[in-house]
Amino acid sequence: MSRLLVCPPDHYRIAYEINPWMDVKRGADPMVARVQWHALVAMLEKNCGATLERIVPVAGLPDMVFTANSGIVAGRTVVLSQFRYPERRPEEPPFERWFQEHGYQVKRLSLGLYFEGAGDMLGTRDLWFGGYLQRTDIRAYRYVGEFLGREILPLELVDPRFYHLDTCFCPLSGGEVIWFPGAFDRYGQAAVKERIPAEKRIAVPEEEAMRFACNAVCIGKHIVIPEGCPITMERLERLGYAPHAVGLSEFIKSGGAAKCLTLALD
Amino acid sequence: MAHETILLHGHIIDSLLLPKVLDLILQYGGSFELAHVRIGKTREEPSDARIIVHAESPERLAEIIAAVQAHGAAVEKEADCQWLEAPVDGVFPDDFYATTHLPTEVRVHGKWVPVKGIEMDLGIRLDRDDLAPHTVPMAEVRKGDRIVVGREGIRVTPLARPAQLDVFGFMGAQVSSERPHGHLIAGIARRMQALRKSEAKILLAGGPAIIHGGGREPLAWLIEAGYIHVLFCGNALAAHDMEAHLYGTSLGLRLEGGVPSHHGHEHHLRTINRIRAIGSIEEAVHQGVITTGIMAACVRRGVKVVMAGAIRDDGPLPGVITDSVQAQAAMRAALPGVELALLVASTLHAVATGNLLPASVPTVCVDVNPAVPTKLADRGSLQAIGLVMDAASFLRELARQLGWKE
Repeated sequence: MSRLLVCPPDHYRIAYEINPWMDVKRGADPMVARVQWHALVAMLEKNCGATLERIVPVAGLPDMVFTANSGIVAGRTVVLSQFRYPERRPEEPPFERWFQEHGYQVKRLSLGLYFEGAGDMLGTRDLWFGGYLQRTDIRAYRYVGEFLGREILPLELVDPRFYHLDTCFCPLSGGEVIWFPGAFDRYGQAAVKERIPAEKRIAVPEEEAMRFACNAVCIGKHIVIPEGCPITMERLERLGYAPHAVGLSEFIKSGGAAKCLTLALD
Repeated sequence: MAHETILLHGHIIDSLLLPKVLDLILQYGGSFELAHVRIGKTREEPSDARIIVHAESPERLAEIIAAVQAHGAAVEKEADCQWLEAPVDGVFPDDFYATTHLPTEVRVHGKWVPVKGIEMDLGIRLDRDDLAPHTVPMAEVRKGDRIVVGREGIRVTPLARPAQLDVFGFMGAQVSSERPHGHLIAGIARRMQALRKSEAKILLAGGPAIIHGGGREPLAWLIEAGYIHVLFCGNALAAHDMEAHLYGTSLGLRLEGGVPSHHGHEHHLRTINRIRAIGSIEEAVHQGVITTGIMAACVRRGVKVVMAGAIRDDGPLPGVITDSVQAQAAMRAALPGVELALLVASTLHAVATGNLLPASVPTVCVDVNPAVPTKLADRGSLQAIGLVMDAASFLRELARQLGWKE
């Protein structure tokens, strides 16, 4: 997992409110956001050995920076997202074009079947989880699973602050998972525990979950994680990972951080 | 009660979606039946569940459905039933739907229509406009008939526990030789009184043990008193009943005293021969040759009698139907309106009648052999009473309860 799709934050701002983090009045500082984004990109490329592909940002689509929500990629196939909120639907055509121009086989879900890509669908080689209810419609996973030949375990997201699976759940390269159990109901928690043994589950405290500890990017042994999550970082170090903290405050104001700003391409 | 069928598909076991959906149904005040669950053989293979959701009202049901849809439950698409033409006379198309004895509906042109003539082990035939679904026996199907196939668009309603709190409501389908019979027979008698008032029909299917054991008089009385409206029997019951009138014997044994009578073994043959000579049982009664007993009472009261033949029959008597498919058809034709069936001392006629009756008709099966009432009770009717006892004792007690004086 070393090739990532990113989108420069040229047009990034808080233009609407579609999750509890967004506050149009408070807004985000565009200059600080740019600095933070470039620091993240540099960290990924220089420290973690990732190769980045850049999509050209489109004016009027501030959330295009959150490329994780554009679709899910497996090999040379992409299943495109269908956003729940109309504010984000105009992002679909530029992403579709990018995937087509880069030789991906593009799969679309039937109209009205909401699916928010790698924002809600996360996994390792043979075990995938799909967050649903807040953004993705659970019925989408049936088709995504068939398109990609993957088993997807649906997990209901019950806390509006953790509206995408990648805000509260992050599988790592060694089979571990960083998660905030409070974002799931007891069925979801039981399903995760059934599949991932206790020693591989890193439950983050709520204050670090609120700093987007779970919205991390794992590349091999490197983990890029938002700053302000010392407990999680220490636990990752003990498991042999190299966590790198980056400041992403301006993006957290939109409800996204490191993971939301990248899309794994293979 | 309102109900709707929902489907769940995917990794519903590992993700605990199935228990979650079932819990939600209960939390919203509904109940469910797991109609079908197929669990994937491997972790990769998805599983399926078909769940029938019940709720006290359509509004409550809609709430439940909305709640579980968010978790991926899809409402089963209702489809019209499928039909194929019968390939030749007497043969159903492959995959024909075989009926149960429970109330059944089929969906035609988007509407659920009750199937008429409900009886187990038949097919369902639609008319040319696909309307008026009716059961049809295999032997009666004609080439080109539209026969319902598959499982789609067919629904069967389980019987609710009867509302009437009499012996039929309480008994369920237990059979025991070790239960007092008195109150059961009294309960049956009360039901018969109610049915006689309402002009519903009571059927009795019986064997010759009724005559041998001394049940002839009480049964004849029940018929004369208007408690029996349809009689199913074989050659033997009729022959020995009339033998008793003509010779005072049943299979040659004196009914009074029980001693063998001289050349008594010929009596039933002479009886049959006499009736054959006259031409019919009705004519024998009209001519005054037969004036007492069951058959005479049936003729006088206009009881519908269906006599079905058997391979060991002597004669047989005129009116005995020797083709068993025709006999079945004649029995079936006599069933509309029957609301109680007494199956007394005849394994073959009892089982045949049981097979022809819809589950909604209460049955009373009386036999000294517990296997017969057990077999009948196993049909799954909630209203089957099995009595392990002698036929004549049963009939005497029943008639007494209804006013017969010995």
